[in-house]
Parts: sequence; C-alpha cells; structure tokens
Amino acid sequence: MPADLGFFALLSRDIKLAFRQKSDIINPLMFFVMVITLFPLGVSPDPNELAAIAPGIIWVAALLASMLSMENMFRSDFEDGSLERMLVSPMPGFLIAIAKVVTHFLVTGLPLVFIAPVLAYMLSLPSEAYGVMVISLLLGLPTLSLVGAIGSALTVGLKRGALLLPLLVIPFFIPVLIFGTGALQGVIMEQPVTGQLSLMAALLLFSLASAPFACSASLKISMGNG
Amino acid sequence: MSFKAKFKRWFHSWASPKWFFEKSERWLPWLGVPALSLLAIGLVWGLIFAPEDYQQGNSFRIIYLHVPAAILSQSIFMMMAVAGAINLIWRIKLADMAAKHCAPIGASFAFIALATGAIWGKPTWGTWWVWDARLTSMLILLFLYLGVIALYSAIDNRETAGRSTAILSLVGLVNIPIIKYSVELWNTLHQPATFKLTEKPSMPAEMWVPLLIMVIGFYLFFGWILFKRMRAEVIEREFKAKWLQKKLIEN
Repeated sequence: MPADLGFFALLSRDIKLAFRQKSDIINPLMFFVMVITLFPLGVSPDPNELAAIAPGIIWVAALLASMLSMENMFRSDFEDGSLERMLVSPMPGFLIAIAKVVTHFLVTGLPLVFIAPVLAYMLSLPSEAYGVMVISLLLGLPTLSLVGAIGSALTVGLKRGALLLPLLVIPFFIPVLIFGTGALQGVIMEQPVTGQLSLMAALLLFSLASAPFACSASLKISMGNG
Repeated sequence: MSFKAKFKRWFHSWASPKWFFEKSERWLPWLGVPALSLLAIGLVWGLIFAPEDYQQGNSFRIIYLHVPAAILSQSIFMMMAVAGAINLIWRIKLADMAAKHCAPIGASFAFIALATGAIWGKPTWGTWWVWDARLTSMLILLFLYLGVIALYSAIDNRETAGRSTAILSLVGLVNIPIIKYSVELWNTLHQPATFKLTEKPSMPAEMWVPLLIMVIGFYLFFGWILFKRMRAEVIEREFKAKWLQKKLIEN
C-alpha cells in the first residue's frame, strides 16, 4: 500500500478517463457558453443593461454547468462495479470522495474559469472585475463540487437521480452564489471585496473539511452497506 | 435502580415499535386535547380580543398563525435531523419513522408561514412578495424540505431511504445557519424576530400572551399529528407482527 493510500493513483486514473472521454470536458463548457448566449437574446443586447446583470449571469451559468456534470461523478464507477471495489479497499472513503471532487473540479470547473473572461467581455463586464471574477470562480467552483458530491453520492444508484440531484443541492449552492455575485458587484461599485472573497474561502475550507466525510457515508449507504 | 440505569432502559424502550404503539395510545389525548384547546383559546383571543396594532390595524392579527408556523417549521427541521442522526447511529426504527413524518409536516408549516406572510405583506408592504432575507430563507427551507421528501420517495429500499435522507437533513441542518447568514447579508427588509429568549417582547402583554399560547398550541399539535402518523407507520411496517394483529382486532 503506497503512503498516499492510492489517492494519486485514483486521481490520475480519473483524469485520464476524462481526457479520453472528451465529452466530460467539452459538454459543460458548451453548456456554459450556450446558456450565457441566451441572456443577451432574452434580456437585451444593450451593453449597459448586460453589464449590470453580468455577475449574476456568469455565476448562475457556471453553477448550472458545474451541477449538470455532477450526476456523472460516481455513476460510471457505480455501473461497472469499481465503486464497490474502491469502498471495500483499504482506501478511506473520504479520500475517494476527495479524488472524485478534485477530478470534477479539474475537468469541469477549471475550463469554465478559463473561458469565463471571454464571456465576461461579451457581456460587457467592466474590465476591472475580471481578476475578482477569476478568483471568485476558483474559490466557489470547488465548493460546489464538494457539496454536490454529497448529493451525487446520495443519488448514485437511483434511476431518477438525474432530475433529483438539482433539487437536493441547489439550496446548498445559494451562499456561494450570493458571495460570488456579491464580490463581482462590489468591484463594479468600487467597494472593497476582500470580505466576500474571504467568506468564499471560508466556505471552501469548511466544506473541504466536512463534505468528504458526508459524501463517503452517503456512498456507503447508497451501496447498501452503510 | 439508579438514575442512569433507568434512563438507559427508557432510552432503549424507544427502539421497540410495540412499546411505542402501546404507550402512545395513552399519550395521544394528553397531546391532542391541550393542543386543540390552546389553539382555540389563542385564536379567539388573538383574532377578536387582542388590541389593534396602532400602525397596522387589524391586519397584524395574522401574526397569530404566521409566527407559530414559522417557528415550528424551523424546529421541525432540527428535530428531523436529530431523529435522522439517532437513526444513523443507533439504527432505531422509530427515529426513522419520526424523521420521515417530520418532513411533510414541516414542509406544510413552512408553506403556511410563506402563505400567511404573503397575505400579511400585501396590506403592510403593499406587495405579496419581496425578495427579502427572511422570506427568502423560509423559501429555501421549504426547498430543503421538498428535497428531503423527494429523496425519500425516490429510494425504494426503506432502510436506505431513511439513512440517505438522514444524511441530507444533517447536511441541511449544518447549512441552514450559513444560508441564513448569507441571505441576510444579501438583503434585509423584514422586521426582526418577534420572540427572543434573551429580551422582553416589544409588544404589550395582551398581544404577545395569545401569541405564546398559539406557539405552544402549535408545538403540541405537531406532537399529536406526528404521533398519529407514526402510529399509522407502525401499523404499515409491522402488520405481520402477532402483537399488532391482536391489538387491532381488540379495538
């Protein structure tokens, strides 16, 4: 047994799988871009109006894109039985959860962060807000992955899981959305935003310390041996 | 018998649906009668005899339904999570039944609080709905309840359903203060809480005494309904048990 209990082996396997099955990376990204395209069409192409709602649009779209891919966090491993093998292995459940969450963030969260400035420009977000937007996404998206992992673990074996997962996790995403858009709006109104960013960092650390355990317990219950 | 041994015995008896079914039959009138009489007293007192509010006139009287429902919906969530934790740790079936039936009752109270709040908001704020912090967090609480109910009904295996929803409601319990705090930072218009444990109420006694009666009545009413629903659940789950069949034939 390696010193990291197989954590990095699992991580590199999952990332490798994601890169071979490129749709895992591209689909959430396409979704993000397309949802954002809907807003100028639906609301108004006027740059001033768009700039006012750009923080909300970017954050809501990022949240939805990240959530849509959460359903697959454990599903393929559940279906081919490898999840069950992982859970009976000496690897602690919370490490499995962290590996899955890190993969989810790297595969779906990080690409969103890279493309967000382009979309922010298209939504006429003031340029001084770009830095804060990237930081807030970097702090918020991993939190979403961590919390979403619990919901994903609870619904992993269910046939109706796809529609159920958003119902379970959206309420928990609200603080991230509030602080994320709050930080962006703060920059636009030239107010200090360290408060919001610190709170987002606090949320990230808190969920990092607690969510993997809840996720591991949920996985064991879903597999019928909790 | 020492106190500790007595307590242990009392705690363990909760693990037996049979014990609960027999005992709760005697408890029901002790909950139901005071609940209904307190609700009747509180309603008549609050709706007819309490003085008018000097600003809001008679429209404030909806407080006698709105505040108790809001308090209950939050307490019930807490109870649901604690019952869920007991089910997770000691695997006590009754705790699972309690948690399961807390969800629809709590969701109804949350809905009543939102509906009465909307009715109250129209004359006082001039609108049915505003995106204010306390309204929004009550709406989110309703969503949390609906999530718990949806998860319970989506899982076929009863034991798995109970344990999964227990985790979800515990996660919800941890997150409620965070959600509440973040929503409060986001927007505030609602008046502050009516009852605080540490402060004297800001309204005269003729107004808050009936409110307190209503709150206590709502709690008893909840206990009564919960026990009735749990008894129905015991019948549903244990219908093959000899003691239950005998009991049901006797009645």
